[in-house]
Amino acid sequence: MTGVNRTAADLIAAQQAGESAESIVTAFLDSIDSRESKVRAFLSVDRESALEQARDVDTRRKSGKPLGLLAGVPVAIKDVLCTRGQVTTCGSKILEDFRPPYDAHVISALRGADAVIVGKTNMDEFAMGSSTENSAYQVTRNPWDLDRIPGGSSGGSAAAVAACQAPLSIGTDTGGSIRQPASLCGIVGLKPTYGRVSRYGLVAFASSLDQIGPFSHDVTDSALMLEAIAGHDPRDSTSVDRPVPKYSNSINEPVGPLTIGLPREYFGEGLDPEVESAAREAVRVYEKLGAKVVEVSLPHSRYAIAVYYLVATAEASSNLARFDGVHYGHRAKDFDGLIDLYEASRGEGFGPEVRRRIMLGTFALSSGYKDAYYLKALKVRRLIKGDFDAALRTCDVIMGPTAPTAAFRVGEKADDPLAMYLSDIYTISCNLAGFPGISIPCGWTRGGLPIGLQIQAGPFEEEKLLRVARMHEQATDWHLRRPTL
Amino acid sequence: MALDIEQVRWVSHLARLKLSDPELAIMTRQLGAILEYVGQLRDVATEGVEPMAHPLPVANVFRPDEPVPSLPVDEALSNAPVRLGDFFGVPAILD
Repeated sequence: MTGVNRTAADLIAAQQAGESAESIVTAFLDSIDSRESKVRAFLSVDRESALEQARDVDTRRKSGKPLGLLAGVPVAIKDVLCTRGQVTTCGSKILEDFRPPYDAHVISALRGADAVIVGKTNMDEFAMGSSTENSAYQVTRNPWDLDRIPGGSSGGSAAAVAACQAPLSIGTDTGGSIRQPASLCGIVGLKPTYGRVSRYGLVAFASSLDQIGPFSHDVTDSALMLEAIAGHDPRDSTSVDRPVPKYSNSINEPVGPLTIGLPREYFGEGLDPEVESAAREAVRVYEKLGAKVVEVSLPHSRYAIAVYYLVATAEASSNLARFDGVHYGHRAKDFDGLIDLYEASRGEGFGPEVRRRIMLGTFALSSGYKDAYYLKALKVRRLIKGDFDAALRTCDVIMGPTAPTAAFRVGEKADDPLAMYLSDIYTISCNLAGFPGISIPCGWTRGGLPIGLQIQAGPFEEEKLLRVARMHEQATDWHLRRPTL
Repeated sequence: MALDIEQVRWVSHLARLKLSDPELAIMTRQLGAILEYVGQLRDVATEGVEPMAHPLPVANVFRPDEPVPSLPVDEALSNAPVRLGDFFGVPAILD
């Protein structure tokens, strides 16, 4: 690999061999410039600040000072994470001019690791969507086929890595928003266990489901990035205080003996035949490496989308109450009294999908309906988690396709919210249960679109998950593909 | 379940979300379709199942009772659409 096709690990090695961070970062900034008119992955790029960070890394390297884990590596950030003094829009008009007065934990951690933040990426408004078409600003294109969506909601971050505009990026995953776009863009995307990465400074969508994680070309890079951002942070009281393994040290050790569980529910109706055959071929790769395959069942997974759209929207209706036209964000010009100020500012500032979800969540929590909808969903959520617990007693990891189809066309599902929701059918349970999951590239359709394999493990088993994912990568070369742009 | 437009208007008020009549009509139809879909949860036997609000066994977390610096007033107000002195500006709620 050369130039901007390289991985973060390649770029770290290149700097140790004498290449400057400045020249590396310049190459990626130029790649953004030349490809952005096609891909439209970024909402903002801060060239000067990126070059300044790169030169600082070079200066410190020359003077022999210690450098962080991701020194001089360009990173793109989903625009839902607060960056001090830099506009953070969440893909929404309501935050068009919002400049946070502080950095999110993940941003501080990346700065501490000497990563170079190159810009903020496009997303579905407030991370609500599966195609990035719900952005108030622009439609991001899939680098493998510019007529298609990159997936969502972290579509900008996935497209930026696939298009070699940055070797690493940060996404967030509430119902599949890292894994599904990773699958559709032919890259690696990891959703850590709930609590593994601090959500401080992440603009909340659904607080019991949101997790932050990496996008990269290969599994080794995701391990590096997770190592840099994971860990306890007292500012997020749900972040878990347990040691962070050196994921990148153990990554090349195969897991053995390995038992893989294939949920029969993930290979049924609605699954595209090409996607199915690629996922089954990936499982055969593991069998050749000595893994044992067993069938497992997640009988309640058919209810996961229904549960998700009640739980996530209920939490969102509460979290998004903070956008009131008073503290920050858009404020209506014409209003009659305080309540009308709230209603008018929010009605003008939020886009259609966000309004729909706030309405659904408000209804599900409203007097007279809460028991039948919200509490019922929370009970079924426990049954869904119970399915995972039971399945993982008979296998080490659960595998299947990440998404039921490859990338769909721009506009294809834009007017049908339910059809759009169904593209997350295999990823949502993982968030409801709080477990970690990863998507890795495992094939391409005859039409040239990437297909992803999802691997899920028990809570805080990221080390095993990454090592299992790496086994497939070492036996195949899908992760070496780059689109022609 | 079927929703009528007046119920949706009431929910939009609870949500502090101003919607025009045509928007309310579209919302009524779309929410109705989603509620019909989520209605399948009624088929699941959940007697005796404890609701799961959170993936972790969460408990209240206390920090040491020591003063730490908070966000300076100017920074806290830096994104306010209307600032009045050291306060957020809002319309009067009392005559």
